[in-house]
Amino acid sequence: MLSPAVLLLLGWMIVPLSMTIYFSFLSYNLLMPGMEQFVGFANYEFFLTDPAFFEALANTLLLVGGVLVITIVGGTALALLLDQPMWGQGIVRILVIAPFFVMPTVSALVWKNMFMNPVNGLFAHLAKGVGLEPFDFLSHAPLFSIILIVAWQWLPFATLILLTALQSLDQEQLEASEMDGAKFGSRFVHIVLPHMSRAITVVILIQTIFLLSVFAEILVTTNGGPGYASTNITYLVYAQSLLQFDVGGGSAGGIVAVILANIVAIFLMRMIGKNLEA
Amino acid sequence: MGKISLRQVTKTFGDVEVIPALDLDIEDGEFVVFVGPSGCGKSTLLRLIAGLEDVTGGHIEIDGRPATDVPPAKRGLAMVFQSYALYPHMSVRKNISFPLKMAKMDPAEQERRVNAAARTLNLTDYLDRRPGQLSGGQRQRVAIGRAIVREPSAFLFDEPLSNLDAALRVNMRLEISELHQSLKTTMIYVTHDQVEAMTMADKIVVLRAGRIEQVGSPLELYRAPRNLFVAGFIGSPKMNVISGEKAAEHGAHTIGIRPEHLLLAQDGAWSGRVGVAEHLGSDTFLHVHVEGLDPLTVRVQGEAGVSHGDAVRLSPMPEHLHRFDENGLAVR
Repeated sequence: MLSPAVLLLLGWMIVPLSMTIYFSFLSYNLLMPGMEQFVGFANYEFFLTDPAFFEALANTLLLVGGVLVITIVGGTALALLLDQPMWGQGIVRILVIAPFFVMPTVSALVWKNMFMNPVNGLFAHLAKGVGLEPFDFLSHAPLFSIILIVAWQWLPFATLILLTALQSLDQEQLEASEMDGAKFGSRFVHIVLPHMSRAITVVILIQTIFLLSVFAEILVTTNGGPGYASTNITYLVYAQSLLQFDVGGGSAGGIVAVILANIVAIFLMRMIGKNLEA
Repeated sequence: MGKISLRQVTKTFGDVEVIPALDLDIEDGEFVVFVGPSGCGKSTLLRLIAGLEDVTGGHIEIDGRPATDVPPAKRGLAMVFQSYALYPHMSVRKNISFPLKMAKMDPAEQERRVNAAARTLNLTDYLDRRPGQLSGGQRQRVAIGRAIVREPSAFLFDEPLSNLDAALRVNMRLEISELHQSLKTTMIYVTHDQVEAMTMADKIVVLRAGRIEQVGSPLELYRAPRNLFVAGFIGSPKMNVISGEKAAEHGAHTIGIRPEHLLLAQDGAWSGRVGVAEHLGSDTFLHVHVEGLDPLTVRVQGEAGVSHGDAVRLSPMPEHLHRFDENGLAVR
């Protein structure tokens, strides 16, 4: 039975989705209002044969993969550290989650202007301090820089989830493995990591959903450039519809992005979804 | 080999002294039970022996070699935990072979030992299951199996039966006793249940607030408790404790008499009125209210022909009367 909540959610999703699908079959340019006409799959053909599309696709996957690797590895390491008893534990834990509260645009601007700027940035100062040429991150390694910024934002989330998983590990299991002769390394590989696998799966799934649609960080730092070096699918859709005023093409790109996201989701569920079963 | 000696061992957590200086010798092949009420330090003592806690002072020797600073894995001891502490993501086979794998033992030998342990513990059919698919008793056996394969010099059990239901507990008690008979390995067993202590132990160590109250065989403790605490803790139902005038008649500050040593007799010294009668079939426990005393428990064999409110006279068996002085110490 359809409860009111389901109906509301369905409407919430169906209306924009069907409008996007409708626009994607129209020749709809903002510079030519009133000239909309049905063009079939022409918008899709145009979007999918655009060389920028493949570059954006590769960038999207690199961005998602890179951030996932950094946050999972870094998050596990940080969680292990934060799990140790120490002075000021409560304050340290609040500080660790702080980056998550900073808006993406703000954090990207801070990184752009205060860290990565080749003239005024902290990294440039550090480089000059040891006698090196300052490195212009955003023009020479734009995608890598964006991966760094986004990873910095998501690291607290991963750390927090992994820390709670770590804390739910039965201490007697660790003691048993200690008595069984397992050293720190084998305890981590054989006991701790399997226990955390479910939490890691959750982090991967949730982050993938959000990382496929990273936008603000790209807009305020590189604007997708140089060229298409830091353009992902989301940014390409934006550029198509609001920089080139081609709403029809942008809508087609949006539908393509939705389909791609579903393909990624299916692969993920196949690969790691079994971890979620009890 | 499995001789363990504690010399002046102490343990403090912060300002709290959990175990004041304590000496204890455990002989090779003995089944020793640490028993005491909750929070008496019996688990802590076991963990000190295991090496999971560091001693604050004193020395531990295992087989004549100093073990105080030896890490847990190198002490040659195996421990069975209260929660079993099985590794949930590993099959029973992998759980049992884990200590062997950590010791980098030859896989064929691992296989042989796991199969031998599984046969001993009736686990052969369950080797490929996960712990989550096993019942409580089976999990318990897996935990014991993981301890057996290491062929340790001593086993440490930390309240291993407390998570099982009553019927299963009796079974596992027998199985562990049987295991001790066949392996002849030293076993140290922690429990708060005096029935487990009485039925399994070669030697019982009664602890209170980290202090050893008495060490002895189950029957020694039953026959000659050294003080009121041991007298009250060992034996079920509890020993009746009487002080005041009636104790003075027997020349002691306090006297104790076990329920099975109180007789219903026409010419008994104490008269009282029957309260609740608990019928167990083989025995009947009568709660008798005697003027000026706490209710006394009397154990009558078979069915007692008395009911609530009846007047009865009780006669203590003089040879089984325990006398205690004003400090609660037994007078011999």
